[in-house]
Amino acid sequence: MDFIQTLKIALRALRTNKMRSFLTMLGIIIGIAAVIAMMAVGAGARHVISQQIASIGSNIILVLPGSTTSGGLRTGSGGAQTLTSDDGKAIMAECPSVDMAAPTVRSSGLIVYGNMNWSTVIMGTTPEMFAIREWGVDNGRSIEQQDVDSAAKVCLLGQTVAENLFGSADPIGKIIRIKKVPFTVIGLLDRKGQSPQGQDQDDAVFVPLRTAQRNLVRAHKPNLVGAIMVKAKSEELLGKAEEEVNALLKQRHRITNGKEPDYSTRNLSEILAVAEQSSKAMSLLLGVVASISLIVGGIGIMNIMLVSVTERTREIGIRMAIGARRNDILLQFLTEAVLLTMIGGITGILLGAVGATVVSNLLSWPTLISVESISIAFFFSAVIGIFFGFYPARKAASLNPIDALRYE
Amino acid sequence: MSSVISLTDISRVFVMGDQQFAALKGISFDVTQGEFVAIMGASGSGKSTCMNVLGCLDIPTSGRYLLDGVVVGGMSTNQLADIRNRKLGFVFQGFNLLARTPAVENVELPLIYSGVPPKERRSRALAALEMVGLSGKEKNHPSQLSGGQQQRVAIARALVNSPAVILADEPTGNLDSSTSEEIMTLFTTLNRQGITIIMVTHEPDVAAYAGRRITFKDGLIVSDTH
Ligand SMILES: Nc1ncnc2c1ncn2[C@@H]1O[C@H](COP(=O)(O)OP(=O)(O)OP(=O)(O)O)[C@@H](O)[C@H]1O
Ligand SMILES: [Mg+2]
Repeated sequence: MDFIQTLKIALRALRTNKMRSFLTMLGIIIGIAAVIAMMAVGAGARHVISQQIASIGSNIILVLPGSTTSGGLRTGSGGAQTLTSDDGKAIMAECPSVDMAAPTVRSSGLIVYGNMNWSTVIMGTTPEMFAIREWGVDNGRSIEQQDVDSAAKVCLLGQTVAENLFGSADPIGKIIRIKKVPFTVIGLLDRKGQSPQGQDQDDAVFVPLRTAQRNLVRAHKPNLVGAIMVKAKSEELLGKAEEEVNALLKQRHRITNGKEPDYSTRNLSEILAVAEQSSKAMSLLLGVVASISLIVGGIGIMNIMLVSVTERTREIGIRMAIGARRNDILLQFLTEAVLLTMIGGITGILLGAVGATVVSNLLSWPTLISVESISIAFFFSAVIGIFFGFYPARKAASLNPIDALRYE
Repeated sequence: MSSVISLTDISRVFVMGDQQFAALKGISFDVTQGEFVAIMGASGSGKSTCMNVLGCLDIPTSGRYLLDGVVVGGMSTNQLADIRNRKLGFVFQGFNLLARTPAVENVELPLIYSGVPPKERRSRALAALEMVGLSGKEKNHPSQLSGGQQQRVAIARALVNSPAVILADEPTGNLDSSTSEEIMTLFTTLNRQGITIIMVTHEPDVAAYAGRRITFKDGLIVSDTH
């Protein structure tokens, strides 16, 4: 018997029991949808993480004021203010594995242009920070060493800030007020997107470090900084650079052995590794759910196929009397099972794609449904059909034609 | 004339646990090409058992069965399926058509299993339906046909692959007397065209249509008008 005929017979059988066929498929639909969504969301997460790695810049160590506790890391904000601009200079000058270091101060406040105002993050920093974070200007110029030295009242705008203050107008050369102090806009930064913590990195204005220290932050000492961003010369030197920074700062801050340091260092790659790990764990969890659903779905198909074989015993008898070989019967029922799982699989792929699109829209991630994941889903649904359909099909094929014909 | 069917000392013993029952106890007869044979006998005399053997649905415990010059004994299930497909046509008491399937597709069924291409299949099925007087009912499902019409579809299905023999086990058993007459008239017509028919029946007036009557009793042949 030819394949098209087998397919037609199977389709007719499925159509006779539409509701039953649909319910039987449901397990496969859910399982495959979960597989597709899992792979798409997983790929989206990996994409976002790798983008964030690129947005931060690579091989970065963050030095924060405040100490580490035995329980883990403590965030720098609110900790004792102990780091100075000179620490930054020293790190850059004295640590051989360090490529660059950029001290920063951070504040927040209202900025005003004309009758527009916007509350945002204000960062005081040195030109190195833009080099470390590989962050160029879209328009105008960046902050230069000379601006820092002279404590010039100039600023760089993040894209979000520019949009909110200027709309589509060109901000370069305009005077804005940051915490009531007038600043000249010298440049507009490239768009950077979200940070690993989910903050909009473009929602910030940047001013020269010394300008910020003098005019924007209240501190008991003039050259205190909030953090120092350090870039190692290479990925391999990241660990060594961290050691050197630690050794240098211990000496500069007179931390003797056994005493807790008044600063802490954080390796950004480690934080990202943790993020990646948790996205993998999430994928694994979804994968387990998907496999269980597929197995349960497969058992459902086996169950219904067994019922179907019993119901159609007489039909099987007729076909055998008329000249169907055992293989024809086997193939007929196997095709039916595979068709069930394949239709379920295709429905699941569509559903999973829709689900993945919704999820990634909610998280504003890119939707990444790969051809690979679709083929895997397709392959799996066929395999499940063959695996769980084989036993019922063999049962049908091994019926005795006389008994089958007599079956009521 | 050559023998289409030749049974020599056929027996069929059913084993149920430690009990044995001989439904056929050594049966021999030949059927010549173009004959119309009626098999009669009391209930339980072994008629259907004999038809199952003739139809290659059952294998005799002993004896020799020659169908169209071929020894049937010792064949594989696939070979038996092919013989049923090409050399035999079945007509059952309960019609045994596929439900929810148009008449023409029921008739096409044997051709599907012998690998006849779709176009030829359709035209041969339509021709067979015309032969049994069912033109115009091709699209009807079995539930949309009378008992007599359903049996005609079954006969068309038995005919469509030009078998050597048509085997009919009580083909009129579910039909009233006038419909039975119609079916027997059809059988007679087909027989006149040279088709060999072996038919089981309880009714003497149905058996009267056949040219030869074999009577069974307790698994043995007690009379043969041959
Ligand atoms: N599969 C089987 N197992 C055991 N005994 C069987 C089996 N099939 C038939 N028999 C027995 O063989 C005998 C002959 O049965 P068969 O069906 O051939 O009778 P029959 O002549 O066709 O009767 P009827 O006219 O009622 O159809 C019966 O006694 C029956 O009980
Ligand atoms: Mg009988």
